[in-house]
Amino acid sequence: MEMVNITIDGQKVQVPAGITVLEAARMAGIKIPTLCYLKEINKIGACRVCLVEIERARGLQASCVYPVMEGTVVRTNTPAIREARKAVVELILSNHPMECLTCERNTKCELQALAKQLGITDIRFKGENTEFPKDTSSPSIVRNPDKCILCRRCVSVCNQIQGVGVLGTTDRGFESIVAPAFHHQLSEVDCVYCGQCVNVCPVGALTEKDDTQLVWDAINDPEKHVVVQTAPAVRAALGEEFGYQVGTSVTRQMVAALRRLGFDKVFDTDFTADLTILEEGNELLERVKNGGKLPLITSCSPGWVKFCEHNYPEFLDNLSTAKSPQQMFGALAKTYYAKKCGVDPAKIFSVSIMPCTAKKFERQRPELRDSGFADVDAVLTTRELAKMIKVAGMDFAALPEEQYDDPMGISTGAGLIFGATGGVMEAALRTVYEVVTGKTLKDLDFVGVRGLEGVKEASVDLPPLGTVKVAVAHGLGNARKLLDKVKAGEAEYQFIEVMACPGGCVGGGGQPLVGGPERMELEEDYRALRAKAIYEEDKGMPLRKSHENPAVQALYEEFLVKPLGEKSHHLLHTHYTPRVKNQALAAWREKNK
Amino acid sequence: MEFYRSHVLVCTGTGCTSSNSRSVISGLRKELADKGLEKEIQVIETGCFGFCNLGPIMVVYPEGVFYCRVSQDDIQEIVEEHFTKGRVVQRLLYHEPNTTVKTQEFNDIEFFKHQKRIALSNCGIINPEKIEEYIARDGYFALAKVLHEMKPEDVIEEIKKSGLRGRGGGGFPTGMKWNFAHKAQGDQKYVVCNADEGDPGAFMDRSVLEGDPHSVLEAMAIAGYAIGANQGYIYVRAEYPIAVERLRLAIEQAHKMGLLGKNIFGMGFDFDVDIRLGAGAFVCGEETALLTSIEGKRGEPRPRPPFPANSGLWGKPTIINNVETYANVTRIIRNGWEWFASMGTEKSKGTKVFALAGKIKNTGLIEVPMGTTLRTIVYDIGGGILNDKKFKAAQTGGPSGGCIPAELLDTPIDYDNLIAIGAMMGSGGLIVMDEDTCMVDIARFFLEFTQDESCGKCPPCRIGTKRMLEILTRICEGKGVPEDLENLETLAKTIKSAALCGLGQTAPNPVLSTLRYFRHEYEAHIYDKKCPAGVCKSLLSYKINEDKCRGCSLCARNCPAKAISGKVKEPFVIDPEKCIKCGACMEKCKFGAIERK
Repeated sequence: MEMVNITIDGQKVQVPAGITVLEAARMAGIKIPTLCYLKEINKIGACRVCLVEIERARGLQASCVYPVMEGTVVRTNTPAIREARKAVVELILSNHPMECLTCERNTKCELQALAKQLGITDIRFKGENTEFPKDTSSPSIVRNPDKCILCRRCVSVCNQIQGVGVLGTTDRGFESIVAPAFHHQLSEVDCVYCGQCVNVCPVGALTEKDDTQLVWDAINDPEKHVVVQTAPAVRAALGEEFGYQVGTSVTRQMVAALRRLGFDKVFDTDFTADLTILEEGNELLERVKNGGKLPLITSCSPGWVKFCEHNYPEFLDNLSTAKSPQQMFGALAKTYYAKKCGVDPAKIFSVSIMPCTAKKFERQRPELRDSGFADVDAVLTTRELAKMIKVAGMDFAALPEEQYDDPMGISTGAGLIFGATGGVMEAALRTVYEVVTGKTLKDLDFVGVRGLEGVKEASVDLPPLGTVKVAVAHGLGNARKLLDKVKAGEAEYQFIEVMACPGGCVGGGGQPLVGGPERMELEEDYRALRAKAIYEEDKGMPLRKSHENPAVQALYEEFLVKPLGEKSHHLLHTHYTPRVKNQALAAWREKNK
Repeated sequence: MEFYRSHVLVCTGTGCTSSNSRSVISGLRKELADKGLEKEIQVIETGCFGFCNLGPIMVVYPEGVFYCRVSQDDIQEIVEEHFTKGRVVQRLLYHEPNTTVKTQEFNDIEFFKHQKRIALSNCGIINPEKIEEYIARDGYFALAKVLHEMKPEDVIEEIKKSGLRGRGGGGFPTGMKWNFAHKAQGDQKYVVCNADEGDPGAFMDRSVLEGDPHSVLEAMAIAGYAIGANQGYIYVRAEYPIAVERLRLAIEQAHKMGLLGKNIFGMGFDFDVDIRLGAGAFVCGEETALLTSIEGKRGEPRPRPPFPANSGLWGKPTIINNVETYANVTRIIRNGWEWFASMGTEKSKGTKVFALAGKIKNTGLIEVPMGTTLRTIVYDIGGGILNDKKFKAAQTGGPSGGCIPAELLDTPIDYDNLIAIGAMMGSGGLIVMDEDTCMVDIARFFLEFTQDESCGKCPPCRIGTKRMLEILTRICEGKGVPEDLENLETLAKTIKSAALCGLGQTAPNPVLSTLRYFRHEYEAHIYDKKCPAGVCKSLLSYKINEDKCRGCSLCARNCPAKAISGKVKEPFVIDPEKCIKCGACMEKCKFGAIERK
């Protein structure tokens, strides 16, 4: 690596050529404050908080975008710099609703932290504040543009990472704001509700739709039998809300917390993840054997499904008809479980705890009411669950370790790894291998499909079926790349896993927030750390293959009969319909015909 | 070839077109044909002469007679008198201000006499829609010379030695910029022309494009050769339809003649130019925002480094120069760097075009050698202040520039002197203000423009200019408080040092320079609640001086707010509650009885 010699605050340091002054300063132990900068996502030098002096450069420079060169001399802490940073943040605050105490992001706001860090105790420049309507049109995400500080992290993630592109800057000057084009609402554009924008927002301008009251009300209703399911990725991140290090799994305490919140039964989405593998695995074999539509593409990520409906309707027949684990759970809770436990399904209130904002949308899809009721009644994100636990006054660290309830709390490691990118693929391969070859799999770890590389490929020998080629994409930008390749005939696969969020569900839009400064602190990507926790837990599980889940086996014996059977078909499978691309534009055209 | 005994040049630039020069031309042609003179007198459409408020302008050669404000009704007389009887139509001649002299000849007019036209040398001389006329004035000779006789390095050296600096505002040495792009590695490089002229009142780029489009195309090709690019883009405002049309025509004609396109002059050099239209955002004149806009994105600046010379359009090495800069290039190549460097001051060579406007007798486009004093421009070329009022200040550099006070009238104008006195060259707007101008109000006015044109990307500009504007508005409304001055200065300094691009960094200039030279006016507004120039309405009150009032009732009859009452032949009174401070009474009063305080 080419190195250059630079001077920062009098310190002579050698750093790799081409890195930014911000990165170089951190190597020298100087933490320049930042706001719009977000590692690997947003590097645009817009907010002017990370200003430094560069010798021989005019004015102050944004260190997040200024490349070091041989001989660069940097000063990061002069009166002029301190005053400029402070004035810039004061200006941002002068157009910010000062509702910190009642803000969703109170104590977890990067602007708030910055104001404290810079020692701001007074705002010298007061004046008019911009006012925009709040966008509560979507079931998943609430936009509060009055709180937006135009850092554009959400714009970057929506456009560059996700390739969805519904957020951008509109209007100019003081009136400029981040919004969908022409100030449309999120529900009027092709937003897939993945929530990645929420994950990167440094303030309270983007939040999930809060459904906690709905759940409190159900719990408090003596007439209701409230069951809860927890998605695999939730347990690997929930602890962060209570001070645990990133990558700590808190499964058993979480179960205890849920029970103490008053849920009648605490179940696990991993159970239906195992079930998904049986249904989807058999669907794959069926399609391979009978010349069905290939590649088969997973459909458990609702953000991905909506993205596909808008942008790749030609692939809708490739999507697995198996419902997502959340929806399978919902359908079974109000049929199989209701019958088994003798509860009136009309009285069951089914809650799911998800790392995901799009699940809130998925719950409301009209296709997904096969139990005769809404399959799922409320979806909470990991963050919302943490909020409830805090409201209830629980000391999370002191909670005992408890077990999930039977029967829908029994699961295998295969169901658990659904939470990380490549997990569905790996779980499917574990089962499909044994079903096809009739042999026992020796090494259960398909490491080729693990990790954070954007698109992963692998081929697996499945005699007598032959070699199966698979691919995994996470993040919709990567999904787009992969599908375009398939579309162009440049690659051929039998099975593809797509997760809408980078890193898979561990990086979901409903997960605890990892702020800008924190991301710089962590030695490894926070999603990789959470995935690690999941794989560790998988390793320690007595059962690691979905088809070995005794509760799932019992489910087939008692109720479903066989995978892809008639009952499965009715309760566990669905179909998807094409959606208009550029909805807003299409609506406008229709109106102005 | 046909010979004519007389050539009649009529301006078809935007200014004269607006004052109907097109109908003058068609009327003239018809009248000449009717009189059978169409084979003797040739009518030529030209670009701008620069004296736009006198339009439509007509110059008759060989005498060089300068007619102004010619209308259709004058045509018969001109043809009859001038072209048939050989008698100059006196009443259409230019009347020199401050004198009784009517100047007949173009070159004798004070407005033109002190000018040195290089960038504008073809404007008002040739028909911009005929490439042959450009070629007849040695057009494309520089490109031929470059391709035949010079290596790219020689071209860069020539430009470097000439001392040419960017005419768009920054004043960066052009040759150095070309050299960076020449040295930058890249399979594809670009040459961009910044024709997104946005300073209110400035129209030199438009005039060059309308009057001499080939000079820009030729220079772009030369630049392409120098840096190793074969594609150029001209980013021009869509609000300049005539310029766009003439550019289109010029590109087409140059193509037909093999002066653009493949294998120019058979020397194996390819160069093409495309036009990109801007939608009128001021910030798109900032080079990185302009490039972003060409790329099809929202026109917003991006941080530098990397500079466009290394990573410009679509990440490729790119040079971006202003129209006026290019217009100088061909002349430097043809006449040599020594010729160019012999004009101007030590660090600012050549000439500069200014758009002269405001409270001045002669307004229009002028080109003067660098180092000309403001006094020469205002009094010799401009003919002095309107209504012979006192000169108060001149604003250079448009809304991002600064105000120069009367005591600095003798400063030789060049890049560095202007910066030193808190102003800037900018693209060359020059607005003259008289004693009736309130400097706080002027600062507010310019800031209103820049804050409205801020793209919104960085907080110092997006919010900072808004806050400054709020303070200035407050001061003008008489609601200013002592800490406003301190806050204004803090904001100005912060924005200047912290903003992302040139728009933001220069936006506080009008405030800083007026605070520097006219601080007492701010203080009068804040502490005394007075506007010394009598401009800020909220701080004014009108009163009738009882001793002077004759009770004629004229004021009362002209008051739109019915705020004045009284008995005829007795002193009238103004009701301050009803008075809207429009000043109509003061204007009408024949006895000077109305006082404004």
